[in-house]
Amino acid sequence: MSRQRREAYYQRLKDEGRLAEPDEAIRAELADEGLHLIEDPRSDRHLPLLNDLYSSNDFSLLHDMEQDKGSLVSSIRTLDDLLERDRIREEDGFPRKIKVGKLVKPGRGSKDKVVVVPTTVEEKFIHDNRFLEQEEGGGGGGGHGDGEEGEVIGEQPVRTGGEGEGTGAGQGKGSAHEIDANAYDLGRILTEKFKLPNLKEKGKKRSLTRYTYDLTDKNRGFGQVLDKKATLRQILKTNIALENLPNIGEIDPTRFLIAPNDKIYRILSREKDYESQATVFFIRDYSGSMAGKATELVATQHILIYSWLLYQYGGQVETRFILHDTEATEVEDFYTYYNSRVAGGTQVAAGYRLINKIVAEESLASDYNIYIFHGTDGDDWDREGRETIPELKKMLNYASRIGITIAEHSYASPGGTEVEMYLKRSGLLQQAADMLRLDSMKEDVSEERVIEGIRKLVSE
Amino acid sequence: MQLIDQKTKKIMEGCKERALAAGLRFEDETLEYVVSNRDMIELMPKNMIPTLYDYWVHDVEVLREKGKYELYPSNPYETVINTRPAISFYNDNNPDWLNVMIFYHVIGHIDFFQNNLFFRHTWEYDLTGQALADKRLIARLRSEHGRWVDYLIEFSRGIDNLVGYHAELARFNRAETGCSNRVDYYFDYFLQTVKQVNTSEYVKQIELFNDYAREHGKLGEQSFFADVLKKYPEFDAAFEKYRDNYKPESPDLLQFLIDHSPFLKRDENTWMKSVLQIVRTTSIYFQPQIRTKIMNEGWASYWHETLFLQDDRIKGHEVEFSRVNAMVTAMPRVGLNPYALGMRLFHRLEEMADRGCYSYDFNRLQDAEQRKQYNRKTGQGREFIFRARENFCDFTFINSFVDQDFIAANKLFVAGQRLNKERMVWEYYVRSRKAEDYRQMLFASLYHPPVIEIIPEKSIDGELYLSHRFEGKPLVNEYLANTMLGIEYLWGGPVRLETTDGEVPARGEAEEGPAPQVTWTRVRYTMQDRQLSREVLT
Repeated sequence: MSRQRREAYYQRLKDEGRLAEPDEAIRAELADEGLHLIEDPRSDRHLPLLNDLYSSNDFSLLHDMEQDKGSLVSSIRTLDDLLERDRIREEDGFPRKIKVGKLVKPGRGSKDKVVVVPTTVEEKFIHDNRFLEQEEGGGGGGGHGDGEEGEVIGEQPVRTGGEGEGTGAGQGKGSAHEIDANAYDLGRILTEKFKLPNLKEKGKKRSLTRYTYDLTDKNRGFGQVLDKKATLRQILKTNIALENLPNIGEIDPTRFLIAPNDKIYRILSREKDYESQATVFFIRDYSGSMAGKATELVATQHILIYSWLLYQYGGQVETRFILHDTEATEVEDFYTYYNSRVAGGTQVAAGYRLINKIVAEESLASDYNIYIFHGTDGDDWDREGRETIPELKKMLNYASRIGITIAEHSYASPGGTEVEMYLKRSGLLQQAADMLRLDSMKEDVSEERVIEGIRKLVSE
Repeated sequence: MQLIDQKTKKIMEGCKERALAAGLRFEDETLEYVVSNRDMIELMPKNMIPTLYDYWVHDVEVLREKGKYELYPSNPYETVINTRPAISFYNDNNPDWLNVMIFYHVIGHIDFFQNNLFFRHTWEYDLTGQALADKRLIARLRSEHGRWVDYLIEFSRGIDNLVGYHAELARFNRAETGCSNRVDYYFDYFLQTVKQVNTSEYVKQIELFNDYAREHGKLGEQSFFADVLKKYPEFDAAFEKYRDNYKPESPDLLQFLIDHSPFLKRDENTWMKSVLQIVRTTSIYFQPQIRTKIMNEGWASYWHETLFLQDDRIKGHEVEFSRVNAMVTAMPRVGLNPYALGMRLFHRLEEMADRGCYSYDFNRLQDAEQRKQYNRKTGQGREFIFRARENFCDFTFINSFVDQDFIAANKLFVAGQRLNKERMVWEYYVRSRKAEDYRQMLFASLYHPPVIEIIPEKSIDGELYLSHRFEGKPLVNEYLANTMLGIEYLWGGPVRLETTDGEVPARGEAEEGPAPQVTWTRVRYTMQDRQLSREVLT
């Protein structure tokens, strides 16, 4: 969002006297000139790394062997073993080391599957090169060829979260083999634990669960169970056609000619079990104050929810992704949602307003169970939530569940964030206890707590 | 994993003959294996050493983010490993001509491993054999002590990039002073530290010693000390005492812990030392690989190109060769390619040495045209690059030979990246064509672990006091806690680390204009009872 509009919003709040304290953080957001780029440009795999000496190797250059074909996880016993080991680690008094929700490989543009690989990092004392790059204004690297000093020799478009760029470069190549049969479905380890709450019957156009098997189809010639009535009918038909039934009033079954094809069987077949359908909105605050762990926590929780939905509901749940700072924008896929960087100010109402608009325009409410998961650090420039609460009330009219996660900054007092305060004041948490859930945690909590948080949000 | 077939092995042997004739020197025995992708998956985390000890982290995908190569001393995708015999790995469906090219490349690496002095400490033993013994020892310890072995491996690996590689290397080339221990002790320690004599007295003693040596020849020392004893009757006793107590200084933190950690000294914990020792030796073994990446790849590329084109067996494949060779050795428009850079440096060195440019006469020339025309036709280019491959590592190689002429001849420049906000593009631009800038850029991208020193005089009350020598870069903050937790465990008491933290005033994405000033503060982190705390030093 442009700075002018942000400032106008700021001014309006100030004039109306409902600007949130403390002012300092807000002023930082106000002056933030950042853009919602996708991830760190220097780790963007579409951009060439300028000073990387050590990643080229004989296998890729000489042998033409793909070095990362198949991931390392194939040698793991089971994920449960690993997590068990990690649990014992904690008992022994050392911090956990395996991260599950960290390395996410949702193929860009592909909604098929989210692969989550258990990862770890070997920590050592090493130099932090980020500072150096900052000092020089971006890392310098090698180059070769013509060009005067200062001359621009090439450019690459910047990828920002706000402007969905459609099919990105490298889309085809990356996604296909990143989704690897060896890797773990995160959904699998979560699947036993959760269920979408408050599913109502609404326009059964889709199946949410997977298929059931039933003896519903008929088949001639072979099958599991002989359907006697249908078979007899077929024999009659055949014999009438053969003129083997001289007198319809007096049928002698012993004289029937029976072709093998006349036998009609019931066979086992796959049936879609039609159920209520659902749309899930993910909404994330990506304002400047979300920098660091708060964003990591929210993104981790949302990837966990997202992959659980994908796994349990076999991709049948529709998902929508909204990002907001002082303005809200819808992005096309989880990849962009997950990787957009933080910048700008905070207005929660803008995000909710956009969801209400989408739901109204596409009349989703009549056909879908709607779930909304919102992740924020609890900051809102609008201290009283005067615009947020009405939007939230509107949402409660149609939503089956709204789950708000607040990742509190380590310096904030527990339960003291603007969002939590005005939600509590509004009384909505009690009035609509079944529809609205709020969960606040410190931004640096463990993954366990994040998963526990999902349970809180979706429990009946 | 299986050996290559007899026909391919014969091709390899042919390559070896031609390489030996060209002047490369390596042990005759080599082993070549065909590996599948599945083998690769298992080998890669073990640095391609099949017998390396097992460690659970090898089973998990480790976040090897770009630029985090500093965590590992070795290149995980080495095609040849530095063992006796050298082992190399191949794809099973390469055509013969490609195998010839790869064989020459591999031979280049083997020659480099076995002649470059930075690998000196790896010449005496076979890593695969040693690693197998270590692996068995660790397996045995694991059966006795369970998961604690893995914690030990983890904690010692946490500091295995700080190993005193150069100190180990230096032991091989320590010049003999020609003096006896007694003389060394008398002049280096006794006079200076025990007696604390003034300078004139010290000089007088040296002169006295020299006089005795001149007068009495071999008996000089004996007579000298006979006199010394008259002056300092306690000298012999002091020398004996010193010799008994003398322990060589530990070259690095891991060795220091092995030697001095009160926790590891306990009877029930002595087995732990062997784990630390294994981690340390393995790390030291790999150290030279990452420090010679440009040279090693450059040397191998130089030779695969040279020898392939001379090889009479594969006539008719020159075009296919050129294609693959170009992919390996072409300079990218932006970015670095160690193969290309190293190869060009070796070619340049050869040409310059052939013209006799590494000489006093050439260096005295001021006139650019004269320098260009200078040619003594020494024919010593080859010999020169062989000497370079023996005596240099990446840092010294770049520092000595990347000069303005080299930059100009190869059209090199330092590329920069900046954000153009109006057009929303990342721009790449030519930042500098100065040799100095290019060298600095290369230095910045070279592997360089931090220097962490043990400060004995501050290590009091069972504490271990470490100090990070600040070189313009802070340490990665997120990793401090767990690394220090490991050291605390191995030391068995509180650990302090003095280091420098930087703070940058916040600003937007790669904004134009002068970069904000980073403020550096010297701080001290303390890890005590598995809790990390930080205080600012003034």
